[in-house]
Amino acid sequence: MELFRIHKDIPFMRHALIFNVISALTFVAAVFFLVYKGLHLSIEFTGGTVVEVVYNKPADLEKIRTSIEGLGYTDTQVQSFGTAQNVMIRLPARKDVTSAQQSERVMATLKAQDPAVNLHRVEFVGPQVGEELTHDGLLALGMVIIGIVIYLAFRFEWKFAVAAIIANLHDVVIILGFFAFFQWEFSLTVLAAVLAVLGYSVNESVVVFDRVRETFRDRRYGKMTTADVMNHAITSTISRTIITHGSTQMMVLAMLLFGGATLHYFAIALTIGILFGIYSSVFVAAAVAMWLGVKREDLIKPVKEKDETDGAVV
Amino acid sequence: MNRYPLWKYILIVIALLFGVLYSVPNFFGESPAVQVSSAKATVKVDQATMTRVADALSKAGMAPESVLFDLSGNQGSVRARFVDTDTQFRAKSLLEKELNTDPNDPTYIVAFNLLPNTPQWLQSLRAMPMYLGLDLRGGVHFLMQVDTKAVINKRLQGLQTSVRSMLRDKNVRHAGISRNGDQIVVLFRDAETRDRAREVLVSQLSELALQDAADGADLKLIGTFRPEALKRTTEEAVQQNISTLSKRVNELGVAEPVIQRQGADRIVVQLPGVQDVSRAKDIIGRTATLEVRMVDESVMRGTEETAAIPFGSELFKIGKGAPVVLYKDPVITGDYISSAGASFDQNQQPAVSIDLNGDGGRRMREATRSKIGKSMAIVLFEKNKGEVLTVATIRDELGSRFQITGMGSADAANDLALLLRAGSLAAPMEIIEESTIGPQLGAENIQKGFNSTLYGFAAIAIFMMIYYHLFGFFSVFALAVNLMLLIAVLSTLQATLTLPGMAAIAFTLGMAIDANVLINERIREELRNGNSPQAAIAAGFDRAWATILDSNVTTMIAGLALLIFGSGAIRGFAVVHCIGILTSIFSAVFVSRGVANLWYGRKKKLSGVSIGQVWKPNT
Repeated sequence: MELFRIHKDIPFMRHALIFNVISALTFVAAVFFLVYKGLHLSIEFTGGTVVEVVYNKPADLEKIRTSIEGLGYTDTQVQSFGTAQNVMIRLPARKDVTSAQQSERVMATLKAQDPAVNLHRVEFVGPQVGEELTHDGLLALGMVIIGIVIYLAFRFEWKFAVAAIIANLHDVVIILGFFAFFQWEFSLTVLAAVLAVLGYSVNESVVVFDRVRETFRDRRYGKMTTADVMNHAITSTISRTIITHGSTQMMVLAMLLFGGATLHYFAIALTIGILFGIYSSVFVAAAVAMWLGVKREDLIKPVKEKDETDGAVV
Repeated sequence: MNRYPLWKYILIVIALLFGVLYSVPNFFGESPAVQVSSAKATVKVDQATMTRVADALSKAGMAPESVLFDLSGNQGSVRARFVDTDTQFRAKSLLEKELNTDPNDPTYIVAFNLLPNTPQWLQSLRAMPMYLGLDLRGGVHFLMQVDTKAVINKRLQGLQTSVRSMLRDKNVRHAGISRNGDQIVVLFRDAETRDRAREVLVSQLSELALQDAADGADLKLIGTFRPEALKRTTEEAVQQNISTLSKRVNELGVAEPVIQRQGADRIVVQLPGVQDVSRAKDIIGRTATLEVRMVDESVMRGTEETAAIPFGSELFKIGKGAPVVLYKDPVITGDYISSAGASFDQNQQPAVSIDLNGDGGRRMREATRSKIGKSMAIVLFEKNKGEVLTVATIRDELGSRFQITGMGSADAANDLALLLRAGSLAAPMEIIEESTIGPQLGAENIQKGFNSTLYGFAAIAIFMMIYYHLFGFFSVFALAVNLMLLIAVLSTLQATLTLPGMAAIAFTLGMAIDANVLINERIREELRNGNSPQAAIAAGFDRAWATILDSNVTTMIAGLALLIFGSGAIRGFAVVHCIGILTSIFSAVFVSRGVANLWYGRKKKLSGVSIGQVWKPNT
């Protein structure tokens, strides 16, 4: 079985401009939603209390909501979590009451309403911890970007490094855009997924760039233009790209289907990352590298003539 | 060209053996057990307790499968493993009756526990299962913040009084002592007195850095905490809080509590299996106090139990044994003890050195000045019950620094020092993060994590074998080795497996197949270009190597950054991710080539490679 039967190099770069405009638009849209709607941050970042309870029949969310508001909370969220029986209640942090008191009072109220309710999970995070997490998360993001740029600049050339990181950030911002648009909960686990996508998506760019370098160095393709070199490199790696992503996606799909509510958004973030990872390595990374003007000479260092005085001066 | 030297095969076989041995303990499950630990600070669980437990059980005919003694830090515990939960229940009630003679005042905590079923010979190779995180087995998690500012504040207050009393003792006249933020400022009228004061203070207070200053006509001596002393003070406070916590948690009878320091001033407490959060909080937040009291010598020695106790005195027991009558009024309380450590006296006998803060020193001096030759006792109050830790004879007037001698052994001195320090919390703590996970949710999480990895793996395996035939099989084999090595390494490191960790295992496997796809696609490409099968295999592996390295190094950079800057779930994810990258490089490059070489390398004339269809254009 051979999925890809490609006779000639596919002229990806011919349409690069159109695709770049499209990705620029998606990027801007993602940034817009991030600014306009913001991320629906989980309790780990915001601080507060989360109580997860289970009923033996589908829960009446409205009734729970009113009874919790009866406790004097104004800014609460009551939503089903995974199944209709599981309910997640988010309470904002309050100075005067401890989390234990909060969760106990909530449980007492719910028990009075329906004795068949069971406590599944309580989580309380102080506001200070949340601030630190946000700080650490941003720091990690910055370190990943800097590290990858340095490595790629060292291993290839700065234009490739810049192109790869732009493609990468493109993926990450779009994932965040999705989370902002749909107001999916952005938890610590999702942040881990986003950062893993950074590493994952740069893989793609590296594989393509590896081929670009190889093609540039190969005498057979000596007279090709940069665009053709890109096309050739992408075409010859496309089957690997699709198969690899397909395999990873199978794994992520299994997580999405069988992993339960906790891994749900983790798997969704990875899925978006994988889909955009394919796209960005082809149409963003390669194209940006091309616009930046990579050429054969960037990758094949002219052999330096030996310095005549080398070693002779004492 | 496709033959591996013998050493490479040996290396692969060793890796495989390591993988099997160290990943296998994770699949044995757990069996019911009973854990015995100390309920009191003064009771130690040791080898002797183990024999006692074993004897009691065998006498009652409840032969345990094994009895183990375990020492973690300062806390010992004995665990007995049983065949079924029925024997476990009976053994628990038997041991409770046997060990705790007074049910109202238990000396030991007997609790249910689970022990891994890993066979003994594997355990002796240190092959243990991974710990399961709270999200996988349920329990309570607290993150506590130690108020180190309060500690330093208290310490400075103590120093201020010390300075005052030292100068008074040496008759150095100052014009006032005040505190200005973190500084202690002493005013003087003339430079000569200031020099004398400095001499006095330098010799006695090593924590303070002294500096001359002048403010108009006033001459000042400014004392600031030395940075190293500051660091030591907070360090000790956090350490003391940890040991106090361990002692209290021990009382909950939790099987494998985690009490760890996190960062400079935070403590993580994890209590697997505990569901009753408010009780856990109650016990953790409880205060124990320490008091030094004089022995009431109006009661004849030996008649304490029968004699009438005078008003204003109380009867106590030293440990479990000898009775002693003490005055109710304490000389000092534990609040005045700034530090205590095991040391040696002038005869090189074990002793405990105690440092009191300034005010405590003054009270001690006043109390002991006229009591040379009399006895004093140190009492620990827990749950409103007092227990005498030690009775010592006063040989000299005691100041802010003194020693208690006659400890007998260095161990005993160590224990007492720990108790003196650990009796109460050194600094107030606040719970800044808390979570409770039900055991049912934990079991569900394990099942879900396991299933998603299993189904994902199966899907990839089926696809690879259909698409790449024999080479696909090699890849799946390498991937399986990768999974095994990853679990083995995580188990050897005794990592804690969490749900994000399980997700990372699945995701890392999904990514790991990339290396194999790269290799297989390269081999096909070489075949397409008309290379001979052997040459294609060699070139495929060799040329894919650079790409695999590049792409894994970049992924590794991301993983390391997560590891360094992440915490909690992110860190758990990152650990698995980073180790997974390493094992996947090894298994994809080394193991799959090893298998391919073993299969094809010996054939001189190879007509074809089973790597699926190689489609050639223009044919």
